[in-house]
Amino acid sequence: MKNRAITVSGTILLTIAVVALVGPWLSPHDYVSTDFDRVLLAPTIADAHLFGTDELGRDLFVRTMLGIRVTLLVALVASFVSLVIGVAYGAIAGFVGGRVDAVMMRFVDTLYALPFIFFVILLMVAFERNFLLIFVAIGAVNWLDMARIVRGQTLSLREREFVEAARLTGVRNRRIIFRHIAPNLIGIVVVYVTLTIPQAILVESFLSFLGLGIQEPQTSLGALVDAGVNLMEGASWALLFPAGLLALILMCFNFFGDGLRDFFDARQAN
Amino acid sequence: MSLLDVKDLSVRYDGATVVDAFSFVVDAGESVGLVGESGSGKSQTALAILGLLPRQASVSGSIRFDGSELLSATEQSLNRVRAERIGIVFQDPLQALNPYLRVGRQLREILVRHELASGMDADARAIHMLGRVGLPDPHRQFHAYPHQLSGGMRQRVMLASALIAEPDLLIADEPTTALDVTVQAQILELLEEVRDDTALLLITHDLAVVAGHCERMLVLKKGRLVDAGATTSLFASPGHAHTRVLLDAAPRIDRVDIPPPATGVSILGVEAAEVSYAESGNERLRAVRDVSFSLRAGETVAVVGESGSGKSSLVRAMLGLVPMQAGRVVYAGAPMEGPVESRNMAQRRDLQLVFQDPIGALNPQMRVQDIVGESLLVHEPELSAVARKAKVVEALEQVGLSDEYLGRYPHQLSGGQAQRVAIARALILGPKVLICDEAVAALDGSVREQVLELLRKVQIETGLSILFITHDLAVVRAISHRVLVMYMGRMVEFANNATLFATPRHPYTRALIDAVPVPDPVAPSRKAPLMGEVPSVLHPPPGCVFHPRCQYAEEICRTRRPMARDIQGARVVCHRAEELDL
Amino acid sequence: MLRYTLLRVLGAIPTLLLVIALAFLMVHAAPGGPFDDERVLPADVEANIAHAYHLDEPLPKQFVRYLSGLLQGDLGPSYRYRDYTVSELIGNSFPLSLQLGALAMALAVVVGVSAGTVAALRQDSYLDRLVMACSMTGISVPVFVFAPVLVLLFAVKLQWLPAGWSSASGGARLVLPVITLALPQVAYIARLTRASMIDVLGRDFIRTARAQGLGTLTVVRLHALKPAMLPVLSYMGPAVAAILTGSVVVEEIFGIPGLGQFFVRGALNRDYTLVLGIVVFYATLIVLLNLVVDILYGVIDPRVRYR
Repeated sequence: MKNRAITVSGTILLTIAVVALVGPWLSPHDYVSTDFDRVLLAPTIADAHLFGTDELGRDLFVRTMLGIRVTLLVALVASFVSLVIGVAYGAIAGFVGGRVDAVMMRFVDTLYALPFIFFVILLMVAFERNFLLIFVAIGAVNWLDMARIVRGQTLSLREREFVEAARLTGVRNRRIIFRHIAPNLIGIVVVYVTLTIPQAILVESFLSFLGLGIQEPQTSLGALVDAGVNLMEGASWALLFPAGLLALILMCFNFFGDGLRDFFDARQAN
Repeated sequence: MSLLDVKDLSVRYDGATVVDAFSFVVDAGESVGLVGESGSGKSQTALAILGLLPRQASVSGSIRFDGSELLSATEQSLNRVRAERIGIVFQDPLQALNPYLRVGRQLREILVRHELASGMDADARAIHMLGRVGLPDPHRQFHAYPHQLSGGMRQRVMLASALIAEPDLLIADEPTTALDVTVQAQILELLEEVRDDTALLLITHDLAVVAGHCERMLVLKKGRLVDAGATTSLFASPGHAHTRVLLDAAPRIDRVDIPPPATGVSILGVEAAEVSYAESGNERLRAVRDVSFSLRAGETVAVVGESGSGKSSLVRAMLGLVPMQAGRVVYAGAPMEGPVESRNMAQRRDLQLVFQDPIGALNPQMRVQDIVGESLLVHEPELSAVARKAKVVEALEQVGLSDEYLGRYPHQLSGGQAQRVAIARALILGPKVLICDEAVAALDGSVREQVLELLRKVQIETGLSILFITHDLAVVRAISHRVLVMYMGRMVEFANNATLFATPRHPYTRALIDAVPVPDPVAPSRKAPLMGEVPSVLHPPPGCVFHPRCQYAEEICRTRRPMARDIQGARVVCHRAEELDL
Repeated sequence: MLRYTLLRVLGAIPTLLLVIALAFLMVHAAPGGPFDDERVLPADVEANIAHAYHLDEPLPKQFVRYLSGLLQGDLGPSYRYRDYTVSELIGNSFPLSLQLGALAMALAVVVGVSAGTVAALRQDSYLDRLVMACSMTGISVPVFVFAPVLVLLFAVKLQWLPAGWSSASGGARLVLPVITLALPQVAYIARLTRASMIDVLGRDFIRTARAQGLGTLTVVRLHALKPAMLPVLSYMGPAVAAILTGSVVVEEIFGIPGLGQFFVRGALNRDYTLVLGIVVFYATLIVLLNLVVDILYGVIDPRVRYR
């Protein structure tokens, strides 16, 4: 039954991504041009303003599509960053074990305790709103969970008999890591990546809300929602479309991750 | 009217039928054994009686207890029955007890929640029950947490909780399978003592247990009842072929087709080995002390002992997986020492290890072909892929697996097949010594026989030496030439197979042999030979470590450590070895 | 138990030191100074100001100075709000944030645990699906979307609750901010509780309890609740951190003069002592909280405290 969660949410996400990529080409508008004659129009088919316009007369459909692209890009890259850091950190801690592991995990526990978002804000403010920095900042916040999970899994894998058997025969550490431990980590890593993506999206949205995220005229879903909140009373569509899509994307990632987790759990139980 | 009357009980999961139209009765006060291999539906039946099957199960048929139908009962009346009329003991007491609650609390709550007693009265009854099931210090154990008790004590607690409300029927689902054999004997004896006129439905795969404790017996095969009757009759002349199969496969320690003493030259020697681990707070856990033995070419030596005996630690130290604090290991004339990574290739090639858990010993992401062939990459890297594959096929053939298994993954193998793959992996390098760490413990009766037979065959064909670690004396009897008995890290006796079983020289060996249930219903029932449990390995008793439990202990045993001495070909570590006639 | 507690307390101290050091480094590593925004000053005036604030000393020395100040409860002066010290600013605004956060936390735990438990007990029923759907929404919609929507609905359209923050509204003004702040945590805790409870209910010792004829409520209360709460307990640390984060948004939207607002302002104004002070303050809180959580964990799970 859970497989349905994977296929349905996967399909929706794919559709959204495709529309976001292709959509703007099909529209006569771009995301930058202002048009003060057509400010705050409700969605209409005429003039091809499918999502209406914002307070500067810019077409919201194209801007929303752009926003989706940016949001997804940020989320995927940031998650990738946290994946790389988290897996490397966790695998090393778990594999080496002993003192090194204890120290490394103490460090993670320390960071876990912090309202890390505060550091992110500091970073963003201090170093100006660098696009690249956003990725790094978000990745830096999210890698902790991944590191913990990977370390736990690596530790238990290390004790498994097939790893001991390989050690006994004389298989080199390198091969043990790549052939024995890594393939057995993939399942859990994949699950957690799909669950960290929503977190990354939320962090990015939060930064945009504070005005620290993507800079105008570029936009992300978070920035659009922030802008939409201000226009809420008169032009509710400016909030509804981006907020609705944002929520949909987040839900799909969550369902997808949940479904994957159930799938891998069932396989383990076998 | 029978106490329990089951008619056409069927349990199904999503298409698979695990119990198929099973009908039987249990009368008041009698003891009935329910036997079958794993997967035959025995536990499912027990759970069905109590209404404890998972949601996915669909149950049909009729289960009448004392006249009333259980399958259609309300949750409330079912709870009444569960509390006061039927008690159950499960297999694994560590999992079956709540680790977060004190033992006494778990007991008294049963009484309190069902208004059978309250307050101090409930506590008193709980403590009394703990004493009845043989706990040495009921007041203290009342306040203990489950993980602070040993396996045997936990099972006694489970028994106490099942019997505290004085039920009419006690169901015991593999109650002793997870326990040491001497503790098993104690628990089975306790079961007899303490049940009074409570009826007993004893579920087990071990026919010997049924032989000693059940008047009647039911045989299940794949969910179906294939045989039923009085235990003595069924043992003498089984009605169904499957019963015959089970009887034949039942492990016996009195079999006569045992390997004769080996005559080869000694290739592996261990002298005064000592292995200890550092525990927190400066205490050292001495897992192995002063153990010496030898292994000849083409011979099988069984290392036998219960939990805490140090047998696994000994072998791990020999292989270099854990450090050895003292003593020597000599292989092919040269000393073998240091951590496994530092040993030379020849040694690592010649000594191979097979583990207890067949599926866990194989990488779930690798195919059989790669698993078996991996060691070739290390020891014979010059081989081409084609040549490697040929060797893998050869190794699989040796263990009786065709090449259709090459592309399979571990989760597609049965326990027996997986163990064969593990053995193929070990044998592909042509080792001289094969170390088996409880290699057949996780396997069912007939499969176990097959794997042991395989090992025997390989040994005869190639002159392989085998060091077999086990807690199971029947396995020892079946395959070993010589036997090393260990207790609390010390060696206790080292003798030929025939000699050890016929004339054991150490009281512990005698007790161990006597504790094994005999699959013969007409044999006189024996008292459990050994009382108490293995003391904590952190604080071993002074003098001879066995003396607190030894019925022959004297003053010298309490103060001085015995030295090894040879008596008629057996090496025994006991002060009174010469004078005792066991 | 005592030994366990003592070990935990001792372990918390280096953690705290590390956190403070980290924050200190980051604040001082960021380019730009607290006075950049103002008029460009002549070099010697700038040097004087720098000296007055000890900014010209080597970093380690500044750190030690900061630490010793900390031990006396002195977090330094605010660069921006010249008349106040950081301690004063924190002292003025924290009680409000505390009220908000504590109420939100309490609400989140009570509602989340109850919802999760009920969902677990009625697995796969409509109630379960409903709870899961709601919690999925709760974690998928950002706080700054919920807040204005709720304000629009309850304050503007229905006029049940006040929209802004004025002392006139009394207790009612807390309702919307607290609910908004609590929502994502309610959702997450509900999911966590449900998963944990389902896992515990599947364990062998629950089967034993049922075999002893104990009713469902008894089984849950006596046997299942404590172990099921362990993951929720472990989550309390991150939960508080999340509430702190959320409070920044909520305070901004509702115009509440709490600590979160000061943090953002401080960051934007490059008022580094203020920012550092708030980070240190919050971090200390969280470390202390984690300590309490660890100790409670030992109370619930005896295997952790007895070897």
